[in-house]
Amino acid sequence: MIPEQKELKPNTNSPLIKIKRKLIEFAVPLLFLVLCIIGAYYARLQPSFLINEIIMRMARNPVLVLALIIPVLAGMGMNFAIVLGAMAGQIGLIIITHYEATGITGVTVAALIAVPFAIIFGYLTGKLLNRAKGKEMITSMIFGFFAVYVWQLFFLVFVGSIIPMRNEKMILSTGVGVRNTVDLVGIRYALDDIIKIRDLPGITIPISTLIVVALFCILITFFMKTKLGQDIRAVGQNMEIAAISGINVDKIRITAIIISTVLAAWGQIIWLQNIGTLNTYGSHVQVGLFAVAALLIGGASVAKANIWQVLLGTFLFHTLFIISPTAGRNLLGDAQIGEFFRVFVAYGVIAVALVLHAWQKHSAAKNK
Amino acid sequence: MKNILDLAYNIIGLPRLIISIFLLVFLIAAAVVDLSIPMLTGSLLVRVGMNAVLVLALIPAIKAGTGLNLALPLGIMCGLVGAVVAIEYKLSGAASFAVALAIAVPLAIIVGYLYGLVLNRIKGQEMIVGTYVGFSVVSGMCIFWLLAPFKNPEMVWAYGGTGLRNTILLHSSFDKILNDFLGFKIGEIEIPTGLLLFFGLLCFMVWLFGKTRTGNAMHVAGSNPRFALSCGINIDKMRILGTVLSTILACIGILVYSQSYGFLQLYQGPLMMAFPAAAAILIGGASPKKAAISHVIIGTFLFQSLLVVAPPVINVLVEGSFSEVFRGIVSNGVILYALATKWEGGE
Repeated sequence: MIPEQKELKPNTNSPLIKIKRKLIEFAVPLLFLVLCIIGAYYARLQPSFLINEIIMRMARNPVLVLALIIPVLAGMGMNFAIVLGAMAGQIGLIIITHYEATGITGVTVAALIAVPFAIIFGYLTGKLLNRAKGKEMITSMIFGFFAVYVWQLFFLVFVGSIIPMRNEKMILSTGVGVRNTVDLVGIRYALDDIIKIRDLPGITIPISTLIVVALFCILITFFMKTKLGQDIRAVGQNMEIAAISGINVDKIRITAIIISTVLAAWGQIIWLQNIGTLNTYGSHVQVGLFAVAALLIGGASVAKANIWQVLLGTFLFHTLFIISPTAGRNLLGDAQIGEFFRVFVAYGVIAVALVLHAWQKHSAAKNK
Repeated sequence: MKNILDLAYNIIGLPRLIISIFLLVFLIAAAVVDLSIPMLTGSLLVRVGMNAVLVLALIPAIKAGTGLNLALPLGIMCGLVGAVVAIEYKLSGAASFAVALAIAVPLAIIVGYLYGLVLNRIKGQEMIVGTYVGFSVVSGMCIFWLLAPFKNPEMVWAYGGTGLRNTILLHSSFDKILNDFLGFKIGEIEIPTGLLLFFGLLCFMVWLFGKTRTGNAMHVAGSNPRFALSCGINIDKMRILGTVLSTILACIGILVYSQSYGFLQLYQGPLMMAFPAAAAILIGGASPKKAAISHVIIGTFLFQSLLVVAPPVINVLVEGSFSEVFRGIVSNGVILYALATKWEGGE
């Protein structure tokens, strides 16, 4: 093949090129910002309602998205298997609901119970992904699907028959299997309510949850500066070089996935304490999809992500989520269109991001 | 003795072995709990026929080196559009099936070509990209089904809603058009002759194509790209060809599936259809890099017989409906196994 002629390097200091580069960097978030503004205009929602919804979602959703960052930095792509983390969190919640623990104690105990489960699930996922290097994303996605069915088998068949559980509020009348919905009334708003500001009409700000989110953001930033964090980055940049410099690549990758899974477990608990009901066979299914879509909309790629992209992405994705049904109804006379549209956006943005990333990698490999 | 066992194990492969053992256990259990074997056999034949074309659709993609084509929903969408248009014009019987095919296949060629262009730019990531391309097309088409200006009252919601229905009955168009063609009964077993013949015909055509110059070139491009390059074969072109053929077979596959099922499933219906098909071909002994028509037949047969026999047996033991759970665990488990295994051949 004839090597392509090298282009002359453009003057990198020219302000126009700087602006252009910034625009390209923020192209995806900008596009979605425009979409959100158009949608918000047509949705004609009450401003206080919209703001309230956004604040609520900015409190309950980011931890699930944060869970994705470390595997991305470890070069493993989007960890669709955070579904398993969400399951670990739900196991914690099911257990505390069974023993009727309530309030913030209940939430804390659930979070603690979830940890060993999340570590085991994360370890299994990490082991599996180490066997499928280069195909991590599809493997984690299929593993997520697989886990969803195993979860169904477990909670429909084994609970009540093999694992004794007698709480009538949770178990089906046959005595086997957990009900479709588990009422989490005992822990509803347990975290949100610790510090809550209701000064403005129609707007409540769950300060305590927002503080927890901020803490996690700071912790992750700090963690990436530690020795382990640097090793994770090194593995993400180049596995071979990392291995030569004495890093146990496989172990680092498993650690990254375990951290991600534990964060997802806590994220799911934070999310569910706000929602207030556990949809036993549904709450976890879309976790991976929505978190990945949100992170990508924030401007992250499959190989690069940071805290700000998590926050921006959560904000844009969930704003779109709130407004699209009403905008769809007002624009085209059917709220269903808006709902289909947001699902389409979630899948579409992932598809486009994957294609672009693989394309870049492919042409980089070709040019070598 | 040990060598023979090793050899047998290598030929059969782990997934096929496990599924066969499972099947055997369930068959014995079925005999014990006294399930009607003729009825099971009849429904097995129908299910093999209706699903096999979608599995066959994976063959050209694997041969051309693009791996398991998880973007089957692209072809499926083309097939559904063809069917919906045929019903809109109130066609019936064989004509409706033929028109649906006549509309769907050209669409599939265009869609497959475009998707092939994408695949050539993302080599190595075909599966995850294919999955999400498939997902986004299915969900994008949801909006189309809702807004498309179809009028036939059999397809649109009677009142209170807009757009096409979730499921469209085919009784006035091509319901069981293949199944009943030359159909006959042996004792209590109904034989869906037309369905099996049609599948056989498609298999024969795929096999025949493999024997042609182009088919051979495509296979070489997929299995040994370097050698293909030195032979002057245009690999990218062959990959596009494989993708187009796979998409065409998928659009035929969904029409065959629907005519046997009795209705079209729109909206989210086709979202997950690629995964059981991929599982079936893997169970049959194929790998993401190597596949043959025999793998399609064996795999579909094993997978579907497991799905026919297992749920009624399980239901005797525990209450509730587990066919869905069972299918999900088996199909995703098999795909996971394929992903976590290092396959020989290819790059």
